[in-house]
Amino acid sequence: MRNLDTFSNPYGDGKVIDSCGLFGMMSLEGRTFPGSDAICAMANMHARGNGLGGGFAAYGIYPDFADCYALHVMFDSAAGRDATEARIADTCEVVHDEAIPTKPTACTGPSPVLRRYFISPKADPRDRCQAARRLRKSSATAAGPDDVIAADDTTTDSAIGSVTDAATVVVDPTAGSRPGVTPCGQRDDEADERIIALVMAINLQIDGAFVLSCGKNMGVFKGVGYPEDIGRFFRLDEYEGYLWTAHGRFPTNTQGWWGGAHPFSILDFTVVHNGEISSYGTNRGFLETQGYRCALHTDTEVVAYAVDLLARRHRLPMWLVAKVLAPPFWSSIDRMDDAERQLCSALRVTYPDLLMNGPFTVIIASGDMMMGLRDRVELRPLVAATSGDMLYLSSEEAPIRLVTPDPDRVWVPRGGEAVIGRVGAKDVVTGTERGPVPKPGSADLGPDCAQQGTGRTQREWMIGAG
Amino acid sequence: MKSYLLPQFTVERDASRCSVCRACIKECSFGVHYYDEKRRTMGTHEERCVGCHRCSTFCPTRALTIRTHPAKFRPNANWRPECILDIRKQAETGGIVLAGMGCDKPYRIYWDHLLLNASQVTNPSIDPLREPMELRTHLGARPDRLAVADEPGAPDAPLTPQVSVEVPILLAAMSFGAISAQAQRALMQAAQEAGTLCNTGEGGWPAELRGFGRHVIVQCASGRFGVDADYLNEAAIVEIKIGQGAKPGIGGHLPGEKVTEAVARTRMIPPGTDALSPAPQHDIYSIEDLSMLIYALKEATNYEKPVAVKIAAVHNAAAIASGIVRAGADIVVLDGFRGGTGAAPKIIRDNVGIPIELALASVDARLRVEGIRHRASIIASGGFRNSADVLKAIALGADAVYVGTAALIAMGCTLCQQCYTGKCAWGIAASDPKLAERLDPNVAARRVVNLINGWSLEIKEMLGGMGINAIESLRGNRLHLRGIGLEDWELEVLGVRGAGT
Repeated sequence: MRNLDTFSNPYGDGKVIDSCGLFGMMSLEGRTFPGSDAICAMANMHARGNGLGGGFAAYGIYPDFADCYALHVMFDSAAGRDATEARIADTCEVVHDEAIPTKPTACTGPSPVLRRYFISPKADPRDRCQAARRLRKSSATAAGPDDVIAADDTTTDSAIGSVTDAATVVVDPTAGSRPGVTPCGQRDDEADERIIALVMAINLQIDGAFVLSCGKNMGVFKGVGYPEDIGRFFRLDEYEGYLWTAHGRFPTNTQGWWGGAHPFSILDFTVVHNGEISSYGTNRGFLETQGYRCALHTDTEVVAYAVDLLARRHRLPMWLVAKVLAPPFWSSIDRMDDAERQLCSALRVTYPDLLMNGPFTVIIASGDMMMGLRDRVELRPLVAATSGDMLYLSSEEAPIRLVTPDPDRVWVPRGGEAVIGRVGAKDVVTGTERGPVPKPGSADLGPDCAQQGTGRTQREWMIGAG
Repeated sequence: MKSYLLPQFTVERDASRCSVCRACIKECSFGVHYYDEKRRTMGTHEERCVGCHRCSTFCPTRALTIRTHPAKFRPNANWRPECILDIRKQAETGGIVLAGMGCDKPYRIYWDHLLLNASQVTNPSIDPLREPMELRTHLGARPDRLAVADEPGAPDAPLTPQVSVEVPILLAAMSFGAISAQAQRALMQAAQEAGTLCNTGEGGWPAELRGFGRHVIVQCASGRFGVDADYLNEAAIVEIKIGQGAKPGIGGHLPGEKVTEAVARTRMIPPGTDALSPAPQHDIYSIEDLSMLIYALKEATNYEKPVAVKIAAVHNAAAIASGIVRAGADIVVLDGFRGGTGAAPKIIRDNVGIPIELALASVDARLRVEGIRHRASIIASGGFRNSADVLKAIALGADAVYVGTAALIAMGCTLCQQCYTGKCAWGIAASDPKLAERLDPNVAARRVVNLINGWSLEIKEMLGGMGINAIESLRGNRLHLRGIGLEDWELEVLGVRGAGT
């Protein structure tokens, strides 16, 4: 979609505002189950949407192609499809592609062509010299926009994926700059960045095509309509996943279009969001300096990019990501013990522009993790529940009780208090129950650290400020 | 030579109220009032009146009214009365016309063309009386990320010193010598009480005020007055002063007669000698020289204090600010052309520099484009009149603001612009100890604290109205501003949309 604004923000408002119903459910044991419960839950919250958007993110649904990036793409035109497929073939090997199976229902309007591609990036012969050039550049100068442009050979338009170096070089203002370092972890950062570049190129340059999601072993299914109808349209009861999130939308200033529904995603991070971020301009301004292009002008988009920046590029564990998005008040920080105060204040000082201000609840999912978080003064609802190996997050309690009539525990998380469930973890982590605070020097990252890839529990933390 | 200068003000004395107590004679430092022994009445040298309203404020019977003098030249849009008077002054003296305070010309005040947002329906406004509302602000360079140190080859995270203030309103640089010791004490005391910072200005830091160190920004300016290791290390922030909004491009000159023992001691110069601040810093003729001074100061303070660089808002402020950040400054201070001064050539005060609103918007935008906005805080300065101005500046991208003139007004200043005469009847910009004693530091400090507290309450109300409960979420958030009555190029520079769009 060359001009996303005509779809997403036709009135040219500063941002797209919508309000919504959210639902998420996951098995902490990684047990898969069909999407029918999520559909049922969303139907119960019908009144929280207005039929202009519904969507689902499902994790674990493509075990046969678990190592491939699964591109869900919508096409408005044959030309868009041709251009997209050519673009994909340029940089990636297509392992498998097919139409996304749908079952037209009376309640969903005309749909775009929906296809999925299971792809893996080809090795790029230019990589080596590009990497060398970037290293030279970042050694010679502070990481700045030069690096962004230099690295951005695959697209003419500045895209998200091109700023790895700018992001990972820690610029020391007291000593000039230092060479870039690639973050560690199980993720293939190079491949991730290339996929993001591809997706942004399709979304921003090709007319008639829009990528709905691009993560591994997961997919986003969304469109214009009530969420329960969208779920049935995509036949989600026929998929088996271990983690589902869902969203029903009530936009106030956007025309319904299929790409504009939630979840929003970047790689395997998905966000469903209920709220209006009052700090949108600040958040967006900062993210744009980090190389993100906020093409959709939605506040949900900035949450997705903020999580990508913090969790993937800056390697913060999710419970610390939550403390950036909805940090404790200074009055609380002042009362904390030394280690925690130092950590929380370092987070606030380092990332003030990523504080999400205003009313919101988000459910963020990534790979094997689901996190629910609401704003620090609790202006939007969130209910959490556990039942056996299941964790539920929802805007309302009723849908939880509809799908699991006798939950073990139901609670309302406090503002800024993340509820984090992770496949393989026995317990759900909440804001008040997380592990020891990492200290400058060597410390345990807390219960969420294993999720971040290395699996090591001992890491050295450098508190950069405060 | 007979003076052709006409009185600017007329003094009206209501004889039915005047008790001939002669308080006005005592209060007026310009010698306007006198007692006519022969006629046993009060008399007036109205040509001496500067319109400071000291006498009318302190007249126990409210018998005095000061008015702008009604006498008019033939109206002429080009040869306005001010032009005629300035020419007459220069014809009589052959000198530069001096002025105090900031530019008073009717250039567009952009604050008055910017409107703030408020929440309705889709997001609730927040009531600061019931919910927490955070104004605490940190000043200093921010790291690119909070680094995890055991990543292969990961560098140590830079230790970037931060200074925290409870409210993003700082008290601007006003030097001892330009203002009285009492006034400087009042400002420092106010800064301490309000949890913010006070800038010493370039005139050194009197020994008896060293106790306020945690709330003090010291200046290192072209004259290097009073700079030594203790001066730097006892302060919270060190500021290199390159320029001043009221007089960009020129230095300062404190005449020898104002260099009293105390001023001399504080400035580390002999008493009675002129205190000259050269126009440039003579060790900074280029950006790399600035970088060397920044790092010299960081070395001298063991990299424990943010180093700020203050420039006047001039035409290419954005490019200069970018260079300053790359040179290693932790804070960039922008001083707009409405910023005050103790003394400046009037022609420069009124004609050089640009409005802080435009400079701030363009600097913030440039630092963002270059991806280095987080590497320095921006402090905006120059003519902030109320809390809405402050909030609009923050929405345009400032981390904090300096207020100077407003703090002086809180202490009693009436903007009579006579600071350079040393005769300030309010004891603020006075060098005469008798006049300076008129200012009770405790009372003056209370007035300034009250002002800061009042503005803070207003800022909290406005923030809450926008659905924001932390000041950092408004910083650079220009979506919460709309322009009104502005042309397209102005909206573009300010980075705001027109009202209703």
